[in-house]
Amino acid sequence: MTAVASPTAGSAGRPRAGSLRFPFAWLGTVPFLGYVSLFLLLPTAIVVAGAFAGARGPSLANISALTQPYIVDSFVHSVVLSAASAAIGAVVGAILAYVLATGNREGAVRRVVTAACGVLSQFGGVTLAFAFIATIGGAGFVTLWLQQHGINIYANGVWLYQLSGLILVYTYFEIPLMVIVFLPALDGIRPQWREATANLGGSSWHYWRHVAGPLLFPSFLGCLLLLFANAFSAYATAAALINQGGIIVPLQISNALSSEVGLAQADVASALALAMVLIVVVVTVLYSTLQRRTARWLP
Amino acid sequence: MLVVLGVFFLLPIAAMIEFATRGVGIDAPRTLTSFTSILSSPDLTGAIVASLELAAITSVAMLAILLPTMIWTRIRVPRMVRVIEVLCLAPLTIPAIVLVVGLAPLYQWININISDSILTLAFAYVILVLPYAYRALDAGLSGVDIRTLSEAARSLGAGWATVMWRVIVPNMSSAVLNACLLSVAVVLGEFTIANLLNFENLQVAIALIGRANAGVSIAVAVASLMFVFVLLLALSFIARGGARRRGAHGVVA
Repeated sequence: MTAVASPTAGSAGRPRAGSLRFPFAWLGTVPFLGYVSLFLLLPTAIVVAGAFAGARGPSLANISALTQPYIVDSFVHSVVLSAASAAIGAVVGAILAYVLATGNREGAVRRVVTAACGVLSQFGGVTLAFAFIATIGGAGFVTLWLQQHGINIYANGVWLYQLSGLILVYTYFEIPLMVIVFLPALDGIRPQWREATANLGGSSWHYWRHVAGPLLFPSFLGCLLLLFANAFSAYATAAALINQGGIIVPLQISNALSSEVGLAQADVASALALAMVLIVVVVTVLYSTLQRRTARWLP
Repeated sequence: MLVVLGVFFLLPIAAMIEFATRGVGIDAPRTLTSFTSILSSPDLTGAIVASLELAAITSVAMLAILLPTMIWTRIRVPRMVRVIEVLCLAPLTIPAIVLVVGLAPLYQWININISDSILTLAFAYVILVLPYAYRALDAGLSGVDIRTLSEAARSLGAGWATVMWRVIVPNMSSAVLNACLLSVAVVLGEFTIANLLNFENLQVAIALIGRANAGVSIAVAVASLMFVFVLLLALSFIARGGARRRGAHGVVA
């Protein structure tokens, strides 16, 4: 009994009559490719071109404009903000994910918390900013309640609208994001490994130091990077909280875009955007590399 | 641990509801005037209507562009499947704030030559929702044996339009609905592109009014949050319902 290879294994179209088949099939992808080229690739090209544009042809003027102190400051602030909120989000999120992973996998708690994390990680932007203003803003619920008990959290100035406030607000969507991306890795840890460690005389410390730790570390680091990229690119929340000034890079970009000074600012915006996308791309590539390393052991 | 985090996460939402229902004066009773005054503000209602229209247009446009392409490439041009996937997931790496820098000159051209209505934002929004919609549709498509179905339909004389519209799509209806609801959620929550292109959509309106009248803007924020939450909840029920239906009846043809 021989198996006959199907002549139409490659497609469900007409049988291969001539060599004219392929061009028509590829035409079907033209609308999509055309649309994406126009509204995704073209703007990206505009950003890259704008970053190197000068009054008389290509120049590095915009790139060197990035070395001005206030722009360097904004990059530093962005990195600090993203790193801090990513670190806090990663640690707290990992602990929360651990609590969920060691519990009942089909249980109600896990399902509710996972669903809530799904909603909260997308809950960013303007709504989140206003939620925090309503909570610990000048006339916020918690602020007033603390004042009634004699505690004034703004004794040294209103920190909600500065970097430290931003860090707090950012952790609100970073923690759920960490839970969502880190939980699969924790689920991949098999109980047999723990039992094997105990069998060989190891304690909890040995388990974490030599077995689970090294296995989870690439994934943890990768998720941390993802959180960093997420915080670095966030704009809406900061824009809603901070009315003027540009303490972080996205705010600098929006200042450069919507200032009335003139075209020169638009090119600086492109240079800023290029720098930002380079950082995000590098971080994302590192993230996928680390995820692939994790996938070797943990499905 | 869970309790502490639960408090941390629910507190701002509760605070928003508390703020939106405050009356005038220290001991005034709770009131819904913030919510009712939404309707009497033309800027706000205009922005809400515009955002809802944008959400609808974006969902339809996304389906029109993405769905036939995905089905077509899986059947006829398998090599492009990977390319399409990379292109669809690219917007995740290019933040909206970067994209809008490149979109600004493009939209200047569009506003002069085509239209300066806020609905032109749909062009950009389709790109923004591509990653989420792609994942949803991909999950649906991988559950359907497209090759067999399309071969069977074609051998019975169906044209490609019939194959896509009457054979394949009914088998992934929950994925299609999934993609639409995700698109609506993304569009309703979008702020960056609308703000920097000087359009006034829902989130921009909330931010603008918030500077003047915090109560009303927080009321709108609460309302939109509830709306999106209900949408996503409906999504999870539909997803479960679709799977059950398919399990009971097999392939819908």
